[in-house]
Amino acid sequence: MPTQGAPSPLEPPQQQSSARALPEREVAREWLQTMTLIRRFEERAGEMYARAKVGGFLHLSIGEEATIVGSARALREEDYLISTYRSHGHALVRGTPPENVMAELFGRVDGCSGGRGGSMHMFDMRRRFMGGYGIVGGNLPIAAGIALASDLKGADEVTLCTFGDGASNQGTFGETLNIAALWRLPVVFMVTNNQFGMGTALSRHSAVTDLRRKGESLGVPGMRCDGMDVLDTHAVVAEAVARVREERRPVLVEAVTYRFRGHSMADPEQYRTKEEVARWRERDPLPAFAALLAREGTIEESERQRIDEQAIARVDAAVRFAEDSPFPAPESLYDDVYVLDSEVRGRYSLETSADRAAEARAAASAADGRGAPAAANDEIPQQLTDALAAGEERV
Amino acid sequence: MAQMRYREALNAALREELARDERVVLMGEDIGVFGGAFKVTEGLLEEFGERRVRDTPISENTIVGVGVGAAMTGLRPVVELMTINFALLAFDQIVNHAAHIHYMFGGQARVPLVVRMPQGAGHQLGPTHSHCLESLFLHVPGLLVAAPATAADAKGLLKTAIRDENPVIFIEHESLYGVRGEVPEEDEHLVHFGRARVAREGADVTVVGVSRMARTAERAAQTLADEHGVQAEVIDPRTLRPLDLDTILASVAKTNRCVIVEEGWPHGGVGANLAALISEQAFDDLDAPVARVTGADVPMPYSKPLEDIAYPHEPQVAAAALALLGLAPAAGAGRAG
Repeated sequence: MPTQGAPSPLEPPQQQSSARALPEREVAREWLQTMTLIRRFEERAGEMYARAKVGGFLHLSIGEEATIVGSARALREEDYLISTYRSHGHALVRGTPPENVMAELFGRVDGCSGGRGGSMHMFDMRRRFMGGYGIVGGNLPIAAGIALASDLKGADEVTLCTFGDGASNQGTFGETLNIAALWRLPVVFMVTNNQFGMGTALSRHSAVTDLRRKGESLGVPGMRCDGMDVLDTHAVVAEAVARVREERRPVLVEAVTYRFRGHSMADPEQYRTKEEVARWRERDPLPAFAALLAREGTIEESERQRIDEQAIARVDAAVRFAEDSPFPAPESLYDDVYVLDSEVRGRYSLETSADRAAEARAAASAADGRGAPAAANDEIPQQLTDALAAGEERV
Repeated sequence: MAQMRYREALNAALREELARDERVVLMGEDIGVFGGAFKVTEGLLEEFGERRVRDTPISENTIVGVGVGAAMTGLRPVVELMTINFALLAFDQIVNHAAHIHYMFGGQARVPLVVRMPQGAGHQLGPTHSHCLESLFLHVPGLLVAAPATAADAKGLLKTAIRDENPVIFIEHESLYGVRGEVPEEDEHLVHFGRARVAREGADVTVVGVSRMARTAERAAQTLADEHGVQAEVIDPRTLRPLDLDTILASVAKTNRCVIVEEGWPHGGVGANLAALISEQAFDDLDAPVARVTGADVPMPYSKPLEDIAYPHEPQVAAAALALLGLAPAAGAGRAG
């Protein structure tokens, strides 16, 4: 076992201009817009958390925007995307309006999961974003099931299943890769290697740190992309998606990336040094891509500025929308536990539905005055709260 | 009506639903080439092919999760877990996902999944292979739980389960697979969830029996009638979620006494839950406390004499009923262990 504080064996890939060709101007611009939207959305989500507008856990994707956009843009509309508890960006990249994602964080009725799921459980069936899942590794079998349905329906849809490096140690990783290879299911498994399973560095949680190889003994070939480079991520995942669609067999892609923020907002980050984070921030995928587009003449500097302003404005609108959206009514507490058809007999729950609604209303009025938290979220370390309130980046 | 074994009735239900709806797909360990560990799926691979009758690796959590994903996107999977003991490996997918996805995602997705599995002791399989775990599943909002005791109910409930839009935990019993019973022959033999079966009418004491214990209760009722002149009303809830509490309460209003018989453990069991409901909702109807006859509160022992006394049999059920009627000593009468 490595000693405490041993330097991370994984240094960021060298700064370089992407070796990949740029896509068409409009496509490149849209990628930059979406990466910027995710970045600005996540920053505001963190601020809203500090102001206790958002409860529970909040896992941000800052630093992972190229991984998200590069991979999701390798999909067709009819393909499926399924993600983890770090899933705001995956909803946004699929086209879920930021208003509904923010409203979900606020626990409001217009949230993309109706306020039932929260940060870890975003969902948008219509856009084939098949959800964020709170259990590490829990989404892998579901991805295989989605792919099985595609296969049996005779559709050539592909499912992209993202998960973290930590999830590669769960039993579902081995079980699902095996069954997907055995049944030739069209899944691209993408391990977003952000170097940490919560606070445990890759080399301290996985005997094999070359994660793309982790599927080999299960019959799943591996590929790797630079997850800090949207062009490389897109190129590699597009190749994986094409192979999977054509050959009807799964592929594992390792996207090497880094999360700039803590695991969640309640993370004092004592497991890594500021210097390490600073080294990775030099490879920040967002300014790197923007600079590349400027160098190549795809966008003007003024347009880059405008894209950022538009993203900020959209996120502001999302916050206003979320603020204005009502909390779900107490009477809705028991809605959607079951799909109830016309003929219902017996007790699905312990009380009748009329009793339950009355009880829920009574409970809501009893809780009145202590329902919505007014103070800052005390789950966050104070220094982080201060930093966020002052609008500083925490590094 | 046709005479059919419980396993044949299940097989018929699967065959009919596979033929009726091409979205139905079976998955499980050894259900295809081997024909099923308990032969429930025998012949289905040959009839419907390997795309729809799928042998799986031994990966319970993942098999159930594959069922969840497939159900969310249009299939109606029926997953067989070889026994309920192995369902413990799949609890994450069953509870966190199958049960909660509809609610957690604001009603956007449905999980019309059936997870079938047999439970039960009596074959000297020891602590890890003899569980009766209805109450673990009964506990979870979002799941439906069926536990048929007869061949007719096995068929009718399974067909309903496959057509239902909710995830269903379908609990069979290893000792019932070979039991014969009358089964209606028509294709549309459906048994709706939430309707208890009154297996025998009587006015003196209500005996509620779950899964195999419904049969044990019926035999005990026969003894009570033959040897003691006591008329027991035997109720088999058939589904535990939804629960037909109305039929049970109506019976208790008539008999004023109730014995609940289950094979599982007493703490937090089916009987504990039902006794609480009866005392909350029919306290004034009761002339005696609700009695429970349960499995012993121990891991299931291997040795035959110990195993035999670790789950309920007719004499304990009869003794519990007689004790409620003041016809036998009460102390410890109902407990198996």
